[in-house]
Amino acid sequence: MAEVLVYVDHVDGAVRKPTLELLTLARRIGEPVAVALGKGAEDTAAALAEHGAVKVLTADAPEFADYLVVPKVDALQAAYDAVSPVAVLVPSSVEAKEIAARLAVRIGSGIITDAVDLEAGDEGPVATQAVFAASYTTKSRVSKGTPVITVKPNSAPVEAAPAAGAVEALTVSFGETATGTKVVARTPRESTGRPELTEAAIVVSGGRGVNGADNFHVIESLADSLGAAVGASRAAVDAGWYPHSNQVGQTGKSVSPQLYIASGISGAIQHRAGMQTSKTIVAINKDAEAPIFDLVDYGVVGDLFEVVPQLTAEVQARKG
Amino acid sequence: MSLRIVVCVKYVPDATGDRHFADDLTVDRDDVDGLLSELDEYAVEQALQIADEADDAEITVLTVGPEDAKDALRKALSMGADKAVHVEDDDLHGTDVMGTSLVLAKAIEKTGYDLVICGMASTDGTMGVLPAILAERLGVPQVTLLSEVSVEDGSVKGRRDGDAASEQLEASLPAVVSVTDQSGEARYPSFKGIMAAKKKPVESLDLEDLEIDADEVGLEGSWTKVESATERPARTAGTIVKDEGEGGKQLAEFLAGQKFI
Repeated sequence: MAEVLVYVDHVDGAVRKPTLELLTLARRIGEPVAVALGKGAEDTAAALAEHGAVKVLTADAPEFADYLVVPKVDALQAAYDAVSPVAVLVPSSVEAKEIAARLAVRIGSGIITDAVDLEAGDEGPVATQAVFAASYTTKSRVSKGTPVITVKPNSAPVEAAPAAGAVEALTVSFGETATGTKVVARTPRESTGRPELTEAAIVVSGGRGVNGADNFHVIESLADSLGAAVGASRAAVDAGWYPHSNQVGQTGKSVSPQLYIASGISGAIQHRAGMQTSKTIVAINKDAEAPIFDLVDYGVVGDLFEVVPQLTAEVQARKG
Repeated sequence: MSLRIVVCVKYVPDATGDRHFADDLTVDRDDVDGLLSELDEYAVEQALQIADEADDAEITVLTVGPEDAKDALRKALSMGADKAVHVEDDDLHGTDVMGTSLVLAKAIEKTGYDLVICGMASTDGTMGVLPAILAERLGVPQVTLLSEVSVEDGSVKGRRDGDAASEQLEASLPAVVSVTDQSGEARYPSFKGIMAAKKKPVESLDLEDLEIDADEVGLEGSWTKVESATERPARTAGTIVKDEGEGGKQLAEFLAGQKFI
């Protein structure tokens, strides 16, 4: 059976959820062969095998951490050469997208980014994308070379599908450009203990209406009562009330959770681009005319400082 | 020696307008107002700041696009860039990221460069991978998605705020840089700037000038094919209530009904 190369996003061996979703999609096209790089690469094997990886190619070298992107491109290319896959699937993280794009140039292939679904087709895999701030849905395929496709989080369910997951060491020789951009220092983002924004089943976001960094605890309390991630609109981030890493929208993260709760967010196109594909949308806003209400399944016109704490208390009470 | 900066910009349909697809499934650029992609304004701004710090620098803005794309170049020139290069050719219609990056790379090499600066993504295609592809094609370091950037003694330094960590990066010139919307507010063109822009040189190039075959680009030469584009159905109107003191409880009731609580 044809093999599909899957690039693994992991933190010290802990496989991130979007990679497991990718395995579900890869199995629709062929047999997944995973590529895990860097510290802890071999520790990914068990989780990958459990979700369908027939093989796990691993490599570790100081270059992966010390230099930006290119060493990983060299490694993924080595895996590509070794496997000759029918497609290369990569999670749509900031770094992995760049790795995928450079690989595509090297192997003379087209690339599709930020797919939200993938199915097998007569002429190769067909990718579904949400475009123009999710106002259109397109179906596309790569028409030259081996398809390289990056897939957004929450695009497929995680499914158990035990496979061999045999670990094989990947031999990588780094090219001249591998050491071009040095990572001089790295500061890991502090964990908030909340779910990852792009991976969360529920996202609670605050915007201009939150009116100050000190007020964001209202949003955080609701998020914590629901086990949700916290998001912020560009207005709230630009005002310095919440970190950019939590920004939802065109220039921040694009999320597609089961439930999205927008508090004090008007719903400008910039924001809609990042959350419009959420399954259920709820909004709380003082302004009945706010465009966010065009998107909602349920909306409350009112003061978020009244409505949100009441909702939080109610959630806590019901959860007992 | 003069620091040669090339800023790649894109002319895009206004994101606040009613964007849609043409019959051949390319982005419709005729029926919607176009403008310089907002995210490229940050690239122009950082180029201007880097040029200010350098003893001697020259900023060229470069675009690939139809006749109207000159508007994007004009805007960048009015912000303060020195000259512009416009790659325009009927055979470019429908070119995807692989073709566009090929054209840009050839035009950048022809123009001569020490530093290429791009925005983080276009506001229409939103792929965000073109800068990485350019670095690959040009064979120079990639220093992308920077929230802070500076150039000193022949090297570029910057801060990249990634998914899991914030990284300090450093590379020797020549290099390809991209900057995010966190890199600093872009300036508005002054009246003087707008007047001066009208006199700044805009060089026009076509595929022949860049020694690119027509079949390497365009819709036919595209590395990807859009098979269908469907307008997303409007979301069905939801329930909207006015908070009369029970809004939070009503919302909880809804969420419970949907099994979220």
